[in-house]
Amino acid sequence: MMSTFLVFCLPFLGALVAPALTRRLGHNAAWPLALVPFGIFLHFLGFNAEIARGEVVTGGYAWVPAYNVSFSWLIDGLSLAFLSLISGIGTLIVLYAGGYLKGHPHQGRFFSFILIFMGAMLGLVASDSFLMLFVFWELTSIASFLLIGFDHEREAARRAALQALVVTSGGGLFLLAGLLILWNVTDVTQLSLLLSYGEEVRASPFYLAIFFLILGGAFTKSAQFPFHFWLPNAMEAPTPVSAYLHSATMVKAGVYLLMRLNPVLGGTPAWETVLPALGGLTLLVGGVLAIRQTDLKLMLAYTTVASLGLLVLLTGFGTEKALAAAALYLVAHSLFKGALFMVAGILDHEAGSRDVTRLAGLRRAMPVTFAAAVLAALSMSGLPPFFGFLAKEEVYAALSGGSLRALAFTAAAVVGNGLMIAVAFAVALKPFLGPVVMAPGSRHEAENLHEAPLLLWFGPLALAVKGLAIGIFAGFTHAVLTSPLASAIAGKPETVSASAVPHVGAALVLSLVTLAFGVLVYLGLARARAAAGRLVEDIGWGPDRGFDQAMRGLLAFSVAVTRFVQPGRMGVYMTATFLAIALALLLPPALYGEWPDLPLWPAGVPFHELAIMALALLGVGAVLAANNRLTAILALGIQGFCVAVIFLLFGAPDLAFTQFMVETLSVVILTLVMTRLKLTPRDHRPFGRKIADAAVAIACGLGFSLYLLKVVQGRFDTALTDFFNLYARTIAHGSNVVNVIIVDFRGTDTLGEIAVVMITGLAILSLIRIRKGRAAAGAEREANP
Amino acid sequence: MTELLFVILIGLFFAAAVYLMLSKFLVRVLLGVVLLGNAVNLLLFTAGRILREVPPIIPAGHDVPVALTANPLPQALILTAIVISFSFFAFLLVLVYRAYQDLGTDDANEMRVAEPENTPGPPTGY
Repeated sequence: MMSTFLVFCLPFLGALVAPALTRRLGHNAAWPLALVPFGIFLHFLGFNAEIARGEVVTGGYAWVPAYNVSFSWLIDGLSLAFLSLISGIGTLIVLYAGGYLKGHPHQGRFFSFILIFMGAMLGLVASDSFLMLFVFWELTSIASFLLIGFDHEREAARRAALQALVVTSGGGLFLLAGLLILWNVTDVTQLSLLLSYGEEVRASPFYLAIFFLILGGAFTKSAQFPFHFWLPNAMEAPTPVSAYLHSATMVKAGVYLLMRLNPVLGGTPAWETVLPALGGLTLLVGGVLAIRQTDLKLMLAYTTVASLGLLVLLTGFGTEKALAAAALYLVAHSLFKGALFMVAGILDHEAGSRDVTRLAGLRRAMPVTFAAAVLAALSMSGLPPFFGFLAKEEVYAALSGGSLRALAFTAAAVVGNGLMIAVAFAVALKPFLGPVVMAPGSRHEAENLHEAPLLLWFGPLALAVKGLAIGIFAGFTHAVLTSPLASAIAGKPETVSASAVPHVGAALVLSLVTLAFGVLVYLGLARARAAAGRLVEDIGWGPDRGFDQAMRGLLAFSVAVTRFVQPGRMGVYMTATFLAIALALLLPPALYGEWPDLPLWPAGVPFHELAIMALALLGVGAVLAANNRLTAILALGIQGFCVAVIFLLFGAPDLAFTQFMVETLSVVILTLVMTRLKLTPRDHRPFGRKIADAAVAIACGLGFSLYLLKVVQGRFDTALTDFFNLYARTIAHGSNVVNVIIVDFRGTDTLGEIAVVMITGLAILSLIRIRKGRAAAGAEREANP
Repeated sequence: MTELLFVILIGLFFAAAVYLMLSKFLVRVLLGVVLLGNAVNLLLFTAGRILREVPPIIPAGHDVPVALTANPLPQALILTAIVISFSFFAFLLVLVYRAYQDLGTDDANEMRVAEPENTPGPPTGY
């Protein structure tokens, strides 16, 4: 168990050392770094025997036991297939990146990002606990943001990165909500336990909410229509990223989620309608858009969209055959798409262009790449004995049937697959056949064109050969890989038995029709491209442009909100603050009917007390009404001294003395400063403003009055007072209780107060010094220009 | 219920302080801050209940106060508050003074160095 935990940490450790290692070894750091995914691959290979027997490996540690949250993993046929693909293809990608980004100043950073991404992806497909699933899900979004925006100096890359992040991590929030509802409905937080709650979930009144929220997560991640637009844009990333993210990993995460939850959520009318319908639509849209492109990577990207649509279609179709077909196609697609992306990268790297119309005749110069491309394309086209053939046969066997529904989906699959065949041939044949055509501005002259280095061609060739090998040894493949995979998707034991030998039947006929259609489109590719282009132009608006509009709208909205709450006028802030205070004081008693009782006018108040209070109010009134500031300051002094006298009259001589001192100082300092300022004497406010300000002020005053009245009408707890009276002399040996509290009982508080005064003094001093220093510097500048 | 007088006095102090602080002229705001300090001190004083003319002092030869005295706890708190609010006032005063020296006004609405009028929005590109 410990070793599996360490394996999940390994990519992150690799990411930590990658930059330093690359500084030391240059691009050859790819070799030691590739050992990380390769080691992981070997580790999970060790699980094969157990999984093939139909067992499930779980493990993990408690994380937040109080909330039933754990760091735990679940390895069954589905997880293991993904783990093997991610680590296996990851090994080749790391090597390929070593060659592709050779000499790039940030190659170390790139290795780091791709290993982080790999770690996130491994964690995602192995997660058992919901929280871990979500955390890794969002981590893949963040890592893909870094990878897609790797060339951050180009705006297109920044846009693509942001788009991928917004779409996929936004979808992640849907996923989180869906998982939380699932948790609420079933009271379990682990996928392995959830699998036995299928009946309850499907019968729950929240089923549709869960369904659509999970779909929101899966469809954004797996680029299903209408969220497909971020995937082709992500081609701004360096090719190793495209080959990795868009073959076996990132975009398959959504498919993984659907497959994982198929035993729980599947089998309902909603599942079997929405998934195949949107999947089929995505398949067709992806196919048409792929034909339209001339950029090799974009062509492949759109076929990836189409393939993901096919996978979603199959997952939602619901029959055992369809799930087996999904399992087969998942594996086949990861292999051939990874290889073809890498081939496109090699062409870009060596021949200087990715435009299919500008490349031709490279077969002699680059025979190995050509071989890899053809092998991968044949698998993509579904020709025997490649693995893609098995997948396609199974797809047709699963979909074909008498009903109208089956017929519609079969037609969609035939058209989609046909378009993909055309693209596969275009990518694998066009650049290599015919006379040599050099792209203008390419790095090499025609005669200098040569095969890519080992680091580059090894990956695609390995994947392409693997696609052939597992097709030929289909029996073995099914036993260790696809049967457990299909079983995990279905939630019950399944045996996949498709073989590489063609059988006569409906599936073969459909395959031949597809192939014929594909070849036809390939031969008329230029015309098909023009037709698809016209179609897209006629539609005009697309979700990609919609994304820009949404982002601009969001920006305009946030600017408007910011301008509204932060107008930069102090009056607005102050009014808002005091309004809030008044409401906080007046609303609760109004809502709960807790107004104070009507008080009686106090009898027998001595005249001098009334007089001094009246004098204080007179001072306050004079401050408000003062014609010039000097009068206002003096009036301020009047109220201050009156407050001091009030303290004196009501048993607080210490307060009175301090108040006298502070008021005197305040008035003197204020007067000194005021005489230095040349200011307009009066406070001009427009009449309306005056009324509004007065209303706020009166509300505040009223609020404080009522609040205080309520307080003094309540019971008075004298515990603290008694304490101080009791111990002032007996413990602290002082007779003035107030002073004892200040210097003894609350001595630390007083120390803090002294510190505040000192810091204020320092701040004042430095504020004044700055001015002097700046003036001196200015004089110096004038003296020595 | 002598407290009623204090309640009215304090309400008026608060209202006046808030009205002054809503002014755009910083000197007025400063006067408001001083008034607010007094209002809060009186509020604390009143919340500890009012008692006339008996300071909380223990007579010689006794261990505890012999008669009922004024509440010492609010007094201790207010004593601290007076000093702190004076520091606050002094600091604000210097800030206003320096602002006037550098900006030539004490009108808060004309001080727009940090938040200029008609700031352009953030860039709309990526």
